[in-house]
Amino acid sequence: MSDTLLEVDDLRVTFPTRTGLVQAVRGVSFSLGRERLGIVGESGSGKSQTGRAIMGLTPPQAEVSAKKLAFGGIELLSISSRQRRSLRGNRIAMILQDPKYSLDPVMTIGRQIVETLRTHEKVSKADARERALAMLQAVQIRDPARVFDLYPHEVSGGMGQRAMIAMMLITGPELMIADEPTSALDVTVQLDVLKILDKLVAERGMGLIFISHDLRLVSSFCDRVVVMYAGKVVEQIKASELRDAQHPYTRGLLNCMPRIGFERHPLPVLDRKPEWAA
Amino acid sequence: MTAAVAIEGLEVVFDRFRALKGVSLEVREGESYGLVGESGSGKSTLLRAITGLAPVASGTITVNGKALGKTRDKAFYRDVQMVFQDPYGSLHPRQTVDRLLQEPLAIHGIADGEKRIERALDEVGLGKGFRFRYAHQLSGGQRQRVAIARALILEPSILLLDEPTSALDASVQAEVLNLLEEVRRRHKLTFLMVSHDLAIITHMCERLMVMQNGDAVETLTASQLIGHRVSEDYTRNLLRASEGFVRTA
Amino acid sequence: MSAEAIQSRREWLLSDRPASRVQARLGRAYVAWRRFSANRLALVGLLIILALMVVAALAGVLAPYSATVGDLKNARLLAPSAEHWFGTDDLGRDIYSRIVYGSRWTLYVVILVAIIAAPIGLLVGTVAGYAGGWTDTILMRITDIFLAFPKLVLALAFVAALGPGIENAVLAIAITSWPPYARIARAETLTVRNSDYIKAVQLMGASSFRIVLRHIMPLCISSLIIRVTLDMAGIILTAAGLGFLGLGAQPPLPEWGAMIASGRRFILDQWWVAAAPGAAILIVSLGFNLLGDGLRDALDPRSGDQ
Ligand SMILES: Nc1ncnc2c1ncn2[C@@H]1O[C@H](COP(=O)(O)OP(=O)(O)O)[C@@H](O)[C@H]1O
Ligand SMILES: Nc1ncnc2c1ncn2[C@@H]1O[C@H](COP(=O)(O)OP(=O)(O)O)[C@@H](O)[C@H]1O
Ligand SMILES: [Mg+2]
Ligand SMILES: [Mg+2]
Repeated sequence: MSDTLLEVDDLRVTFPTRTGLVQAVRGVSFSLGRERLGIVGESGSGKSQTGRAIMGLTPPQAEVSAKKLAFGGIELLSISSRQRRSLRGNRIAMILQDPKYSLDPVMTIGRQIVETLRTHEKVSKADARERALAMLQAVQIRDPARVFDLYPHEVSGGMGQRAMIAMMLITGPELMIADEPTSALDVTVQLDVLKILDKLVAERGMGLIFISHDLRLVSSFCDRVVVMYAGKVVEQIKASELRDAQHPYTRGLLNCMPRIGFERHPLPVLDRKPEWAA
Repeated sequence: MTAAVAIEGLEVVFDRFRALKGVSLEVREGESYGLVGESGSGKSTLLRAITGLAPVASGTITVNGKALGKTRDKAFYRDVQMVFQDPYGSLHPRQTVDRLLQEPLAIHGIADGEKRIERALDEVGLGKGFRFRYAHQLSGGQRQRVAIARALILEPSILLLDEPTSALDASVQAEVLNLLEEVRRRHKLTFLMVSHDLAIITHMCERLMVMQNGDAVETLTASQLIGHRVSEDYTRNLLRASEGFVRTA
Repeated sequence: MSAEAIQSRREWLLSDRPASRVQARLGRAYVAWRRFSANRLALVGLLIILALMVVAALAGVLAPYSATVGDLKNARLLAPSAEHWFGTDDLGRDIYSRIVYGSRWTLYVVILVAIIAAPIGLLVGTVAGYAGGWTDTILMRITDIFLAFPKLVLALAFVAALGPGIENAVLAIAITSWPPYARIARAETLTVRNSDYIKAVQLMGASSFRIVLRHIMPLCISSLIIRVTLDMAGIILTAAGLGFLGLGAQPPLPEWGAMIASGRRFILDQWWVAAAPGAAILIVSLGFNLLGDGLRDALDPRSGDQ
């Protein structure tokens, strides 16, 4: 791919624990262009830690190593933590599962967006406000001026997640990492949020890493899917070719969900093989 | 056929907030009945009202032909048991599985405890090795199996299931759903199952009620839903949403 | 024991799949102990408290002289020496022996207060928290009334009413120290009473009595143990304060507070008379505080699924 945004080669994240070292991510490699890449796997498979390592938000006790972790030609593991910080939120942004935990509860939504913008760009207060309102409009919040002055606890989950997306997109990042951005939302709201995300990604030509445990959702939303198991990538596949997935884990994940109109009793279950993790 | 659970005009009010606004339904004996709707629509509240955990403002609840009053007697809990949504919150953090399973037996003065506990653990596919573990030594799926064992140990005829798999991975969800179907067949249980996922409800239930904002939207059979023979827009929206993301170019 | 045997025993204790009730319980205790013993200062605290117990138990052996009868003629107010390690007081009694015997009274006070006040607080707090409504309001108002007065003042009032003496001092301290425990137990109860695991027990048909006693109280006990341990220093000081004011232990009991009181007349010239019991109080109080801090780390109910 000529237009490579992110290159990850042999990424490892290791946690020291009482019972010894635990490798949460064990040699993950992939590359990302201006596209939607899904990372799927069961809980504990290392999806979030992969996203956090790229973002530079790995917990301090853990160790990150990689043969290559390059964003737009910048080797992320060798730059200073200050340079890392200025990338974060500016050129790379991250949305987390629950907006309740990622929005500041004592600051209005509008002010948070304005502050985010002003830490990364020199703009006047009035301009910042204008842009924040426009951004809230862009994530399809009907009454941006009202929501601007609300506190995070005063809005619903779907609204909070939209506000979060607005805050993350205001600086115009080139790469967005969304870690289960819709898992806490109702199905109908979930689709609204995905539509917004989809539109923004398409319009702005961003790269998107979409982390989810829901293989069906990821395959309908993303261009390409990375399937993780026990900290490793077991398969990378085009979303449109998922039906022909080779790895039994990927196929198991696809098959084990009940589907409307496809009666199977009992449901097929995963028969985990030790060699998948090897 | 008699109704296992019959609810008429059930209204639940928290302080001022009407969480259920006059809902009626009838679950036949041996049937599996589903409740779907977005969060906050009152699904859990309905189950709680049956068990006596929610303040009923008006309406009647009849279980196995007996009308329920304000309080529930001990015998009620031998007929009706519940499995909660969050496997991390429904097991006491300081009790072993053994202790958790012993508790209902002790409360109801049931003698053959040892045998029942071993049988219950076997039945949910856990076996003896899990008997003396604490909740934190179990995975989410294992915890939910323990919760099912606990619900089954009093040999109830009706099981209330409040999103029993929504906190689990898809693969573990499949295992737990299979387990639930199996115990239902073996014990001829009546299920009243809540989920926000239409696919799970059509998989598990013969009939279902769609709920929104504390009201019933419509009542359907699973085959009506599968055939998209629904009459309300709200249900149609849910159906469309459950098919995943569709890109509109 | 060989290293291998120790290793296998540790594995047995830390096993993720205990095979019996005993193993499960011991394993849990062992994890708590490992967390506790990782804290050096906590071990120091534990050592001090163990030493206090040993001294109290073996007072008859450890003390060279009588605690109550002195040598008025030859041994008044002697400075510390090889013969009288901590010197003697105005009645010619060996201060070291009195401190050794005094440890019994300190333990007596501390243990009695703990076994009276902690259960009262636990009961009041859990019942108030679980029952809610009127029960809660009434119980908590009573608690508030007790909390509104400074502890020493309230204890003074009780002793004044009951009459001086160490038993009454203990009673007065116990009566004044349960309210904070009730508060803690209530707060803890409020956080767990709406949890699904308590609902699950309600749905088994358990009585409220059973739920409070068997499911809620065990969850409150660790925070209570921590708090009581941390309070021990205060209890000792209150007991000493009452003794000092002449309202606690009566002469010739070798209670440390009373000893300071009688030593204060000579504080400038014969400093050791007051200094030795003062140091004893200080060390034991410190011991309890260190122990309490360690227990907090080991038993913290929030990190405490273990
Ligand atoms: N703070 C931590 N300390 C130790 N291990 C951790 C920590 N955080 C995560 N892990 C380990 O990392 C693994 C992967 O976690 P995560 O990336 O959050 O999984 P996912 O997002 O796929 O559910 C987990 O199985 C866990 O063992
Ligand atoms: N104990 C309570 N006090 C006040 N409001 C409550 C209480 N329990 C539930 N509710 C409200 O009742 C509504 C229905 O809740 P619930 O039955 O849990 O919905 P569902 O299970 O369908 O997601 C929600 O709006 C919720 O906020
Ligand atoms: Mg995650
Ligand atoms: Mg619910």
